[in-house]
Amino acid sequence: MGHVDRARAFVADADRTQWHDQALWFVRTKRDRAADRVPDWEALRQQAAAIKRNALGRLPELWTEFESNAVAAGAVVHWARDAREHNEIIAGLLHERGIERLVKSKSMLTEECGLNPFLEAQAIEVIDTDLGERIVQLRHEPPSHIVMPAIHLRRGEIGELFAKEMGSPPGLEDPVELTAVARRNLRKHFLSAEAGLTGVNFAIAETGSFVVVTNEGNADLGTALPNLHIASVGLEKILPRQGDLAPFLRLLARSATGQAITTYTSHFRGPRPASEGHSPTQANPALHIVIVDNGRSQLLAQPDFREALACIRCGACLNTCPVYRRSGGHSYEATIPGPIGSVLEPSRDPTRHAELPHACTLCGSCTEICPVQIPLHHQLLAWRGRLAEGGQHSRRRRWALYLVGTLFMWPPAYRFLGWSARAIARVFPSRLLEAALAPWTRGRALPAIPKRSFRTLYRDRHRQAAREADNGGREG
Amino acid sequence: MRIALFVPCYVDQLKPEVGLAALDVLEALGFEVVYPEAQTCCGQPFINAGERDRGRALGEHFVNVFEDFDEIVALSGSCAASIRRQLPLLAPDDRTKRVAARTREFCEFLVDHGVASKSLGHFSDRVGLHPSCHALRDLGLGTPSESRAPARIDPARMLLSQVAGLELVDLTRRDECCGFGGLFAIEEEAVSCRMGLDRLADHRGAGARVIASTDISCLLHLEGLAKKNGFDFRTMHVAEILAASLASDAEHGFAATGDGLADGPR
Repeated sequence: MGHVDRARAFVADADRTQWHDQALWFVRTKRDRAADRVPDWEALRQQAAAIKRNALGRLPELWTEFESNAVAAGAVVHWARDAREHNEIIAGLLHERGIERLVKSKSMLTEECGLNPFLEAQAIEVIDTDLGERIVQLRHEPPSHIVMPAIHLRRGEIGELFAKEMGSPPGLEDPVELTAVARRNLRKHFLSAEAGLTGVNFAIAETGSFVVVTNEGNADLGTALPNLHIASVGLEKILPRQGDLAPFLRLLARSATGQAITTYTSHFRGPRPASEGHSPTQANPALHIVIVDNGRSQLLAQPDFREALACIRCGACLNTCPVYRRSGGHSYEATIPGPIGSVLEPSRDPTRHAELPHACTLCGSCTEICPVQIPLHHQLLAWRGRLAEGGQHSRRRRWALYLVGTLFMWPPAYRFLGWSARAIARVFPSRLLEAALAPWTRGRALPAIPKRSFRTLYRDRHRQAAREADNGGREG
Repeated sequence: MRIALFVPCYVDQLKPEVGLAALDVLEALGFEVVYPEAQTCCGQPFINAGERDRGRALGEHFVNVFEDFDEIVALSGSCAASIRRQLPLLAPDDRTKRVAARTREFCEFLVDHGVASKSLGHFSDRVGLHPSCHALRDLGLGTPSESRAPARIDPARMLLSQVAGLELVDLTRRDECCGFGGLFAIEEEAVSCRMGLDRLADHRGAGARVIASTDISCLLHLEGLAKKNGFDFRTMHVAEILAASLASDAEHGFAATGDGLADGPR
């Protein structure tokens, strides 16, 4: 099943589609209001895009600087070429210490690398501590949104899940009560954690530090107690200087949820200081940073797509995408759904994700909303060309385009076929005609088919004008 | 100055009255326009589907047909955007660039020639303007709702606000895509129709009786959905509204409405 079929199944539930669309549109309007309150929003976008462009242009230099500063601050830095290396490094760190349970805050990179199933296969339990992530984890499904992983679910469904998995009373629907249930449940995991993993929103070369933003404080809770903090960071997350953070922190939360700033903006530099009075699993903290390529340097080498590496994972392009809102994140069958996912995923697996750039009307809303000015819809268009040239078109599309294209190349053929198609359409029984044009007519009535084309009418009009001029001349 | 009219293939074949209305408007406002008959397709469907070679070839045909004209008026924001923005990227030669730069969407052309300061007749109806995404975001005709750049007014809106009696309604989502999207309308039919129905609901909620646009492709999609679902809407290209308003003013001295217009070509 591709996006087309999954989207069709999603849309078949009209109520859910409407609710999903409106929930995300609500976030979009919150973003609009937040952007209104920033003087010169567009200049801020431009500034952020310029910083990212600069940083992406000198990744080796910046990461080397980061590494030496992070090591100087007491961290251990690992380099992972791909998802497998990333997962193995982390499994190794846990095995070395005999750790069997990992608490993890939100990280799309670990989703991308398939860390959870990898660790679970080695008998290591992973507990996602972001509320939305925890919900989808308990449901054994991937997140449907990069910022709001469980946005496809309604309160009632979450109440049912919590009743089953956390022993809460059945029938809970109130978000405050549901959150309290999750909080109680997660708290015991935080308290007994031996290792905490976080993602990284921004790594700073100048200081060797990194920033993690959350609304739930779960990154802090998950790393405050255990001896081991592992941070997974994608190659694109580096910023040159501490001072570069400001535009991104201003843009990120506003673009993501319409908040002026996330509830928690946590800065990490080196391991937590060793402290007395802790249990042995908590007394000697270590920080391990895993820097992951996994296809990023390949994307960097492609001028058509490299700007996509500027993405700060705010999700604004998902919220504004009229197709995403009405097809749901799971319809993309990709780690990252929506416009940015449809740009990034084909670079990882062009065959599997060849149709994603077509799950788009090219309306361009994503390009306009992107806080770092990634020309998303232009990149989706570029992918269509690249994939077509790589032989990834469906046969049906290729043939249809070939036939129609040939017609257009030869004006007399176009005129003749246009005329005959209209003539046939006018005498054909309408039901048969609708059946023949099924994908168009399933939801739409056909227009009244005109007898004559514009070009014929144009000729008539000119002939008539000439006649009138002629008559006028004689009478005069 | 030589002005050419570009009538996209689907307008030529399915909505010839729009082409005639555009001629009426242009002539009524004193422009002399030629329709070069060798024109077929600008290549947009092929470029947008990823068939860049075919798109380039049709673009070359377009350039051959139109290069002798000083200005090219396109009866589609989407085709105009493809010619002006996409084609020069595929075929970066001087001829293509020149023709691309001379191509303008119908309303854009009129506004550039100062028409928006004139009074444009009467048309008494409640009209919802459906901005073409490509006119809005690729040609920059208007400021998209996502953008916080200084406001530019959409030429279609400027023209319609010069028509007496015409009331432009306010939509909840003023520039949401209608879901047409070329091949998308067929390949992703389910989502496409859902998007279109949501668009219609917005126009309905705002009390529009006429949905106006600069793109007939969007309107064919919306009209088909409205008809199938029994909604009482008329869809009109801005040129049709202007043709009606200018005619009512000039000849009859009474206001035209959406109901007063014939269905087929005149």
